Amino acid sequence: MATQHARSAARLMLAPAVILLLGWMLVPLTMTLVFSFKKYLPLRGGDLGWVGFENYIRFVTSSAFWPSIWATLIIVGGVLVITIAFGIALALLLDQPMWGQGIVRILVIAPFFVMPTVSALVWKNMFMDPVNGLFAHLWQFFGAEPIQWLSQASLPSIIMIVSWQWLPFATLILLTAIQSLDSEQIEAAEMDGAPWRSRFIYIILPHLSRAITIVLLIQTIFLLGIFAEIFVTTQGSFGTRTLTYLIYQRVLESQNVGLGSAGGIYAVILANIIAIFLMRIVGKNLDA
Amino acid sequence: MARAVTTQRKALNTVAAWTVGLLIFFPILWTILTSFKTEATAIADPPVFLFFDWTTENYAAVMQRSDYAQFLWNSIFIAGGSTLLGLIVAIPAAWSMAFVPSPRTKDILLWMLSTKMLPAVGVLYPIYLLFIRLGLLDTKIGLTLVLMLINLPIIVWMLYTYFREIPGEILEAARMDGASLRDEILYVLTPMAVPGIASTLLLNFILAWNEAFWTLNLTAAKAAPLTAFIASYSSPEGLFYAKLSAASTMAIAPILIMGWFSQKQLVRGLTFGAVK
Repeated sequence: MATQHARSAARLMLAPAVILLLGWMLVPLTMTLVFSFKKYLPLRGGDLGWVGFENYIRFVTSSAFWPSIWATLIIVGGVLVITIAFGIALALLLDQPMWGQGIVRILVIAPFFVMPTVSALVWKNMFMDPVNGLFAHLWQFFGAEPIQWLSQASLPSIIMIVSWQWLPFATLILLTAIQSLDSEQIEAAEMDGAPWRSRFIYIILPHLSRAITIVLLIQTIFLLGIFAEIFVTTQGSFGTRTLTYLIYQRVLESQNVGLGSAGGIYAVILANIIAIFLMRIVGKNLDA
Repeated sequence: MARAVTTQRKALNTVAAWTVGLLIFFPILWTILTSFKTEATAIADPPVFLFFDWTTENYAAVMQRSDYAQFLWNSIFIAGGSTLLGLIVAIPAAWSMAFVPSPRTKDILLWMLSTKMLPAVGVLYPIYLLFIRLGLLDTKIGLTLVLMLINLPIIVWMLYTYFREIPGEILEAARMDGASLRDEILYVLTPMAVPGIASTLLLNFILAWNEAFWTLNLTAAKAAPLTAFIASYSSPEGLFYAKLSAASTMAIAPILIMGWFSQKQLVRGLTFGAVK
């Protein structure tokens, strides 16, 4: 048993981490909350007093708001669907016996370690460039007109870049989960004559449900905040202005801190709703 | 019973998996290949893959831009510093939660995780203001602190899940033998925890190295790390493919290699132990 001495020492050792995180969370968040109720234009007069909920109303009624919500939902949803669907397929494939499994895994996991600015620039210039990009060459080879990826198909392009970055993460987690599946269960089903489709739907998919939920929630949290991929490619034009990017533009580009802060509070609320679900799942794991 | 697999089936799997793997890896491979081409070859039509005159002139050119070394150093300083600082704060915290759990331990852990979900853009301006007031804007120290705070929850969680696997009896035995708390942590716990601490260090170094919101927004000329350096390459289209590739390769190579060593920790760290 831990002694009284150990217990107070433990509390002392926990304190720095708790205090730092408490400060990191409370100080800026309180400031954002305060700014959100003010007319605050740093370059045009600074703090111009309290305005109640005006910023909150203006943020939601601005013509850019709903498009930004849509762009966010389409990007997050698109990336989630692609990474989870392909992630499951890829995890099932990688779980099969083969030669050089370790090397294939290294190849598949690699994109996750590429910094977002690099992957965005590489895709933008070397693949999606309408003149010199590899896709343009490929399209021309088949006699098609090259696509202006980032302007004509801006959202699918962004989804493609971000999916490429996150597919490794989904695959790795799903693969880890598949490997913990009892192979005897599958064999028993196989012997009983269950076709591949039923084995997948009734055994593999339920076994993966927890891993899929985790991928869903963790990716959602990161994807809601994607920034560099848009900053480097379209700067929010061609319909790629997400909620994060809209807030960024309100705060830093139009220097309307009050309005941006109200948007920030909306983003915090949105993130919290998702976080609650994630907490439940992770919390359950702590008891186990 | 291991399933009998025909060689034919195995060969089929191998071909399929390698094809998909190479396809996913291709953008990185293409970047590395392009970094060894001349600028003219890099935009050749049709594109050339392997048979060109390999040159290292792009690397020399990138290195010669005297600032490259500065960006690299900033990245190393910020990623390394934030990881080490994070470990210094997190090791005692994780130790105390793993070995002297209280009824509130679980709540504290979950609360720490919840700070990770704070959308960065929501607090960008306050941090920006605080940084100006404190003279931290565009300094390595400032960015190191922010990245440390961002990754602290992950560091604490990872260490906590590792520490929990260390049998508490060994620590108690040391205590019985009269080891002080300091000795207990330094000489008993730390050696057993080194593998866990090493993988935590690795994964967090990678996360900090690749972080691209705060590094782009809180730095200008002086403290900008490689993420910002690369972003500055979004200059005229088509002119600098080879140099862009060389710079990119130099920015990602060390992390790619570290990442390959830490794939298992990636699952553990980013899922907070929820998938094993």
